[in-house]
Amino acid sequence: MSEIQLWTLIFVALSFGLYIYIAYRSRVSDTAGFYVAGGGIPAPANGAAIAADWMSAASFISMAGLIALAYNGYSGSAYLMGWTGGYVLLAMLLAPYLRKFGKYTIPDFVGDRYNETARLIAVICAIVVSFTYVIGQMAGVGVVFSRFLEVDPTIGVIIGMAIVFFYAVLGGMKGITWTQVAQYSVLIVAYLIPAVAISTRLTGIPVPQIGFGQIMDELEGLQTDLGFGSYTSALTGTDQLNMFLLTASLMFGTAGLPHVIIRFYTAASVRAARYSALWALFFIALLYTTAPTVAAFAKYNILTDLRGTPTEELPSWFSTWANVGLITGPDGAPLRDLNGDGTYNFTGAASDVTNEVMINNDIVVLASPEIGGLPAPIVGLVAAGGLAAALSTASGLLLVISSAISNDVYHKRINPKAEEKQQLLVARITMAVAIVIAGYFGINPPGFAGEVVALAFGLGCASFFPTLVLGIFWKKCTAAGAAAGMAVGIGVTLFYMIWTIEIWGNNEGIFDIAATGFGAVGMVINLLVTIIVSQFTAKPSELVQELVEEIRYPGQTALVAAHAAGELKLDHDDPEEGDKGPGRHRPG
Amino acid sequence: MDQQQRTEYWRRNLRLMAVLLVVWALVSFGAGIFFTEWLNQVSIFGVPLGFWFAQQGSIITFLALIAIYVWRMDRLDREYGADDYEEGVRHS
Repeated sequence: MSEIQLWTLIFVALSFGLYIYIAYRSRVSDTAGFYVAGGGIPAPANGAAIAADWMSAASFISMAGLIALAYNGYSGSAYLMGWTGGYVLLAMLLAPYLRKFGKYTIPDFVGDRYNETARLIAVICAIVVSFTYVIGQMAGVGVVFSRFLEVDPTIGVIIGMAIVFFYAVLGGMKGITWTQVAQYSVLIVAYLIPAVAISTRLTGIPVPQIGFGQIMDELEGLQTDLGFGSYTSALTGTDQLNMFLLTASLMFGTAGLPHVIIRFYTAASVRAARYSALWALFFIALLYTTAPTVAAFAKYNILTDLRGTPTEELPSWFSTWANVGLITGPDGAPLRDLNGDGTYNFTGAASDVTNEVMINNDIVVLASPEIGGLPAPIVGLVAAGGLAAALSTASGLLLVISSAISNDVYHKRINPKAEEKQQLLVARITMAVAIVIAGYFGINPPGFAGEVVALAFGLGCASFFPTLVLGIFWKKCTAAGAAAGMAVGIGVTLFYMIWTIEIWGNNEGIFDIAATGFGAVGMVINLLVTIIVSQFTAKPSELVQELVEEIRYPGQTALVAAHAAGELKLDHDDPEEGDKGPGRHRPG
Repeated sequence: MDQQQRTEYWRRNLRLMAVLLVVWALVSFGAGIFFTEWLNQVSIFGVPLGFWFAQQGSIITFLALIAIYVWRMDRLDREYGADDYEEGVRHS
């Protein structure tokens, strides 16, 4: 066992022990505890939990690599702006109102505000979006285990499943929340330490956000010398359109993803929900402002390390990652000195015939301590951070799936008379089943995983966001309008993605719009359809309109309290009923 | 709160949101995407300005926008005497 493996094992074992201990301390015995942690999480803790929920293996492991290696340094900014900008929308347009509305899940809001058809569509969307994501997280767990501990990825996934099983099934949302707070701490420390160390080494400034300006000129020079485009220049023409659409899709998608939205139900109050969004973005910003600096430093180090270095004198990180197949020749084949000049020419673009090296995006963060020449314990810490990022997101998503099925399908549709204990049992069983299914797909990931993640964002963006925002800000938005909008928005987005996917002939699409950015277009279509259909269909009942009005104002009124307690009968499918007078269903 | 106060409260809330969302769009889609090349003519601390907005400035602005929002909403709630029912809640 190498020194790096030993330290990895130590950090992984320590962090896992911590998660299990926390979960055991916060086990729950009622559905409110299981679904929304009793709704009493203080804002800073809730913010940390949202941050851990949100920052997945993709943010932790892949994002810096995406910025550094795909195209030029600027293009990756879509992820930085998109994945943070959505929180402004969440904080102002959704969080306080959803918290005020109460209840447990997104389909809960959709079902109560609109009708049962809309609830069913929302359940399907929530499950599809969440499963899509969770599969990626489980696969990420397997990858970290296999690279750092050299165990089989399958065993890695099973260990991850067992850990999530323990704290999610036992503690529900409460267990998940406090575990996520711990996971956030692990992942942010693991991310910041190497970044600070590398910044200090290269620039003498321990704040990477300031330090990265020091190498920018040199990096720009290296890039241009080696035939890459400029690192900082923006794109022009149609690419600007795709940059805009991708950023917009990620922003509105962020504000439409159920595992993030559901977190505002766990806040202690409306005010705490607003503060939760602030804390969440603060915690996220710590990593997201560091990621582009990690990218720039890594790119700088990689370019200086490789430039003109004879193949037999390359640094050890290079051969380590070449051995596991993450640094390869241009076509994915093993490295070869194609032009026989004694060096590997790294010019980035796969299309460039002189390029001899392909570096996988995912190694930038995992290898940055090695590339920067940092000691073995830090490498182990980064591995534990990657696992924390993947597991925390996986558990948040699994809870969305479990609550959608046990609350919105079983309790609301199949057995409304189910007792608390029975509901909790169903919630735990669906959680367990979801973990097993996610684990199966994590071990055998579907080949189209890349497209499916884009689909998840498109779905969130094109379905939930307009439906929720209109449900809050437009009293006269009708159930038929919302259901039609959601269905058309998703349908069109889905169609466009399938239409442009490579296996069906790689269609160019309309105006060269990439499938990943189409969610924003789907969202506009959803908005238009909802508004038009709402003009011609039966208005929501007086009671629903009154409830929507009530959630706009501070202070607890009888109507909102009664709704939150589940004592209100909303009668969506019988508009006559609602028109008989708002006072009729009012609690005493 | 009576009906007139409610209307007033809601209008002020909407106005605050509109202002903040305009800034949100200008910084991200404006400075970060459409005007990046133009802003890149200037550098701060060695980083071209447009590029800085796309990678750091927008995120810092987003954080400031939410901070202003929660601060102004707290004040609005207080003005309308509606913050008392959450007194016992730890919010920060």
